[in-house]
Amino acid sequence: MDKFLQLTLTGLTNGAIFALVALGFVLIYKASDVINFAQGDFLLVGAYLTFGLISQVGLPWSVGMLIAIVVAVLLGIVVERLVLRPLIGEPIISVIMVTIGLSSLLRSVVIWIWGTMGAQFPSFLPSQPINVFGAVVPADRFIAIGLAAVLLVVFTLFFRYSREGIAMRATADDQQAALSMGISVQKIFAIAWSIAAVTAVLAGIIVANITELSFFAVSSIGLHVFPVVILGGLDSIPGAIIGGLIIGLLESYVGGYTPSALALRTVFPFIVLIIILMIKPYGLFGEERIERV
Amino acid sequence: MESGIFHTTYESDMALRRTPLMRWRIYLIVAVIVILPFFGNSYTLTLANQIGIVAIGAIGLNILTGFTGQISLGQGGFMAIGAYTSGVLAASLGVPWWLTIPIACVATAVVGTLFGIPSLRLKGLYLAIATLAAQQIIQWAIVRSPLGVDAVVVPPVTIFGTSLNKLRIGPFGGSDFWFYWIIYLFMFLTILFAVNLFRTKVGRAFIAIRDQDIAAEVMGVNLFRYKLLSFATSSFIVGLAGALLGQYRGIVNYERFTIETSIFYLAVIIIGGLGSVSGSVYGAVFMVIIPAILSNLGQAFSSSAPAIARLVPFAQQAVFGLTIILFLVLEPEGLAKIWRDIKDYFRLWPFSY
Repeated sequence: MDKFLQLTLTGLTNGAIFALVALGFVLIYKASDVINFAQGDFLLVGAYLTFGLISQVGLPWSVGMLIAIVVAVLLGIVVERLVLRPLIGEPIISVIMVTIGLSSLLRSVVIWIWGTMGAQFPSFLPSQPINVFGAVVPADRFIAIGLAAVLLVVFTLFFRYSREGIAMRATADDQQAALSMGISVQKIFAIAWSIAAVTAVLAGIIVANITELSFFAVSSIGLHVFPVVILGGLDSIPGAIIGGLIIGLLESYVGGYTPSALALRTVFPFIVLIIILMIKPYGLFGEERIERV
Repeated sequence: MESGIFHTTYESDMALRRTPLMRWRIYLIVAVIVILPFFGNSYTLTLANQIGIVAIGAIGLNILTGFTGQISLGQGGFMAIGAYTSGVLAASLGVPWWLTIPIACVATAVVGTLFGIPSLRLKGLYLAIATLAAQQIIQWAIVRSPLGVDAVVVPPVTIFGTSLNKLRIGPFGGSDFWFYWIIYLFMFLTILFAVNLFRTKVGRAFIAIRDQDIAAEVMGVNLFRYKLLSFATSSFIVGLAGALLGQYRGIVNYERFTIETSIFYLAVIIIGGLGSVSGSVYGAVFMVIIPAILSNLGQAFSSSAPAIARLVPFAQQAVFGLTIILFLVLEPEGLAKIWRDIKDYFRLWPFSY
């Protein structure tokens, strides 16, 4: 039972991180119909940038994190303006490939500045172990879960009540109609990309805090986004959160209860992905699209 | 078109090379390909062989992605099936190498068709993600699953019982030299097949599916059948590229067939030109030559300016990303279009159109 509880808590934490990454992904897809393959690399940039500012430059962690978030916002805007905007109206493959190219570019910059070696991330989140019904979990993992929950509420309210949120939904629904209603679609795209970059940077900082700062560990999270968003539905924010938690839990249980030599843990989310695509391609909460000629 | 050429028969109007200039260009390219191995050293031959294999793989992917419009991120996995099938057959069962290649192609075609089944319900983004999952699952199955094998050492290829390394004619010989002929023979056959495929009913059905699948279905194209056929044809050729790579390298390990490989091949066809057979070849040349130039630059600087030499690995990745972005933003139709524009410029000169 202890093992089960431990696995559940680990799964929930990993799931919360997946959910954070998926959130940005869904946000971009919702606003601009772009699948962002570089989402995992924003994570990388965020984690390494914060590490650089705090450990290498020597700033206090609050300032370092703030600067990292500001950089993320700028990065989101620049990427949207220079890379994505020229591709509006181009076929899907171009959009997919351009984000893949972006991912390669961001990755090379990170490797260039910081290398691929792991580093000790300055843990500023409290990490004393907390005892939950017999399972011992460091406190920073709860912060991850808490942050995911807070962001879920914030974004749900944002899309429901705020002017920008409603404009974003309108843009996602029909760009032309939104334009003719006086919504600045360009501004909406820029907002979507900056929010996505910020959530990714936050997720990156949390990941680096919980485990250690390692290039491969952080960059592999990017791939996990796909099972999560397909399970939850590509355009659903609650879907991203719930999908993230489900995938995190499944991965944790599969990893805990099957022989580790099989490494089923790494492939299981993708098996889930294929099954979901076969039986319910729009995911648990995704909006079904009807195609017209 | 050059002026003064009049087609008086349907045959000449529908020929692949319709004008003398086009024919001469082909003769020239063939001549260069035939002469090259006699002048190149082992380094140029290695590069040429790499280009040949990449071109075959890119044509395979282009049939699926460029011509049928089904985005595939599973290229690396499918190539792995080809390479491992061919390698394991030759290494464990002692099947002669020339027999393992067609078997590998068929095996890849079968697996490709299997993963193509979701394409009936999924399209665009969803299919791309499904093939991404295929890539991960194939990789896992090869490396970690109970039937998995890690790396396979392929026995050296022999012709008439002599290993290629020892087979020499005068000053020419060695593994690179002989493989050059094998690879380019297969590349020639692949190009011939692909170019002609799109003059048949099947090829036109593929293009119709790409342009507007619902309209194609209304016109009587059986979507399921033709999509699967496209997956099968494409994977067959991709398997050929994988098998050739395995036999040529002499060792098959999964690091060569990861998601990076899939992305590399997508980049090749984007840069070369989606939906263009010659574009696949241009893209292959470009994507093999550019990193080679960068690493040569690195070596040139390694003694005089080690700081610059150390930048090369990052520069390669940065250039890779940047090339994709720049091509998509500035010339989405790729090198094939640039080449067409250059030809048009000279053909129409001094007028602009």
